[in-house]
Amino acid sequence: MDTLSNLADGFAIAITWQNLGLAVLGCFLGTIFGALPGLGPSNGVAILIPLAFSLGLGPVASLILLTSVYYGAMYGGRISSILLNIPGDEPAMMTCLDGYPMAQQGKAGEALSLSGIASFVGAFIATWGLIILAPQLVRFALLFGPAEYFALFVLAFATLGGVSSTNQAKSAFAAMLGLGLACIGVDTQTGVPRLTFGEVHLYDGIDFLVAIVGLFALSEVFIFLEHRHGKADAEGKKMVIGRLTPPLSVLARCTPTMLRTSVIGFVAGVLPGAGASLGSFLSYSMEKQIVDREGKTFGKGDPRGVAAPEAGNNAAAGGALVPMLSLGVPGSGTTAVLLAVLLSLNITPGPLLFNNNPDVVWGLIAALFIANIVLLAMNIPMVGLFTRVLLIPPRFLMPAVAMISFVGIYGISGSTFDLMLMIGFGVMGWVLRKLDVPLVPIILGTLLGNVMENNLRRAITISNGDWLTLVGSPLAIGLWVVAVVGFLLPIVIGRTVRARMRRDTEGSTVD
Amino acid sequence: MSDRIFGATGLALAIFYAWAALQVQESFLSDVVGPKAFPLIVAAILGLASLVILIFPDPEPRWPGIMQLAEIAGAVVVMILYAQLLPELGFVFATALASFYLSWRLGTPVLQAALAGVVIAVAIYVIFHLVLGLSLARGPFGF
Repeated sequence: MDTLSNLADGFAIAITWQNLGLAVLGCFLGTIFGALPGLGPSNGVAILIPLAFSLGLGPVASLILLTSVYYGAMYGGRISSILLNIPGDEPAMMTCLDGYPMAQQGKAGEALSLSGIASFVGAFIATWGLIILAPQLVRFALLFGPAEYFALFVLAFATLGGVSSTNQAKSAFAAMLGLGLACIGVDTQTGVPRLTFGEVHLYDGIDFLVAIVGLFALSEVFIFLEHRHGKADAEGKKMVIGRLTPPLSVLARCTPTMLRTSVIGFVAGVLPGAGASLGSFLSYSMEKQIVDREGKTFGKGDPRGVAAPEAGNNAAAGGALVPMLSLGVPGSGTTAVLLAVLLSLNITPGPLLFNNNPDVVWGLIAALFIANIVLLAMNIPMVGLFTRVLLIPPRFLMPAVAMISFVGIYGISGSTFDLMLMIGFGVMGWVLRKLDVPLVPIILGTLLGNVMENNLRRAITISNGDWLTLVGSPLAIGLWVVAVVGFLLPIVIGRTVRARMRRDTEGSTVD
Repeated sequence: MSDRIFGATGLALAIFYAWAALQVQESFLSDVVGPKAFPLIVAAILGLASLVILIFPDPEPRWPGIMQLAEIAGAVVVMILYAQLLPELGFVFATALASFYLSWRLGTPVLQAALAGVVIAVAIYVIFHLVLGLSLARGPFGF
């Protein structure tokens, strides 16, 4: 009951003309970011954070804008999967399997609207999951002391690569690079400058927004320059969209699929190290096991094969918000970027957030519901418009993306030094992507480095310099064990999971 | 080979980082742990990870040819020039030039790219400065 009245308060905060306008704008931009191959949810949110920040929007308004972009991008990813057989973002990979065959049979419109509905169901169920689960997790998190928090951060880094991680040494390298960057600047506890080499600009540290925009958005521009005669150039022209509403019988057949996969996706989103890509993969393969044992229809344009991964990945997107809001530890790349939003608005996520800023939490949750409904309304009738956006060639789009990145960073600080730093991060991001080093741990490191160090030092100070306090409680030991297992597991079983994901994707794109 | 170079670079970075952390002046009012410990832990794990990358390298990534590298280097130079010249030229001019260059290098014919540059610069100026009120760099002409 308490929850419902909180939720009503949230709606009262979220429903103003300005906020509704921002939600519509965010959903629209997000869908475009998601639909364009190469620009995923992390990029979209990363480019828009500095803007929301320097436009002086309040915390609730900025969150509404940026979470709408996040959800919008998760919806939008399916459009290019279905029409072009190129996933708009990574989680939409599985949607290609049945979406593209459906489009080839002239049922593109049906696939698009069905996947829109599936996205809605997934995200809607996940938002309720968030409402129910997050307060429970908060109660649990209040038992955490500094030592447990330190262990929790270690866990977050150890599992970030996920079960499909290719090289754990490279994930560890990336995490340490991020933490190392976070140490630069004046030490918050003793006031001595660290690793600044006398450069005054570095005294207040490296702004993580500079790192995020450089690593994600600019490195993408470099990737496009490298493959400049890209294949993504306007192939969708000849595609027949067909009718835009799925027949009721198909919808009825897909309903159990959507409900089952939403639950799977949500769980995958909440768990550390799984995230939306694994959520959609698990949903698809489980559904295939249940409804199509002999492999007759899946991969050949079965509507259930479109509904399953879309419900799964959107539910995972909602699930990933649970640890981010209630523990302050994001489980995926995009939620790491959303954490950056909160931090730059001076809001510290974690158990205290629910007590100190209930308006932000419940306003955000109400915003998720609003974004969902706006997206459903936008995606069914207006899907034709978004398919046309796909025809904008990257040679006009990427320069605009680069320039908007510069505008955002310049708008915050007005300093040329930050722009140079951002270019540096862009080049670094390009080299690291070539070397297959994940970028998300770097971002998470720069975001969480200071909090992590403070918790470590607080824990040791409380115990009078005894480092064993880090493993001093059963809870802390449990977290360390999960962290170690989570780090080692991909090395043992990662190869088989990856091989299966690859086989499933390739098997059906061939024919 | 790339991973071996990468690992060696990482190792050098870790050693340099540890050295730089040891140079930190401790304040007389320090907590038990002090400002050096955390960076030193980071440097240690960084070094360890680099060592593993050095010893067990992944298969070679596909590096671009010399032409594409020059392409990227060119874009970096233009972006650096953009950052430096932004306060001198003003937002609209600098942005039009930079986005002209990027669009041209991504394969647009020259005249069309020039038009795209102007359109992008003016559109961003109108949307972000005039409509949304964001402060952009002012040049000698005030825009």
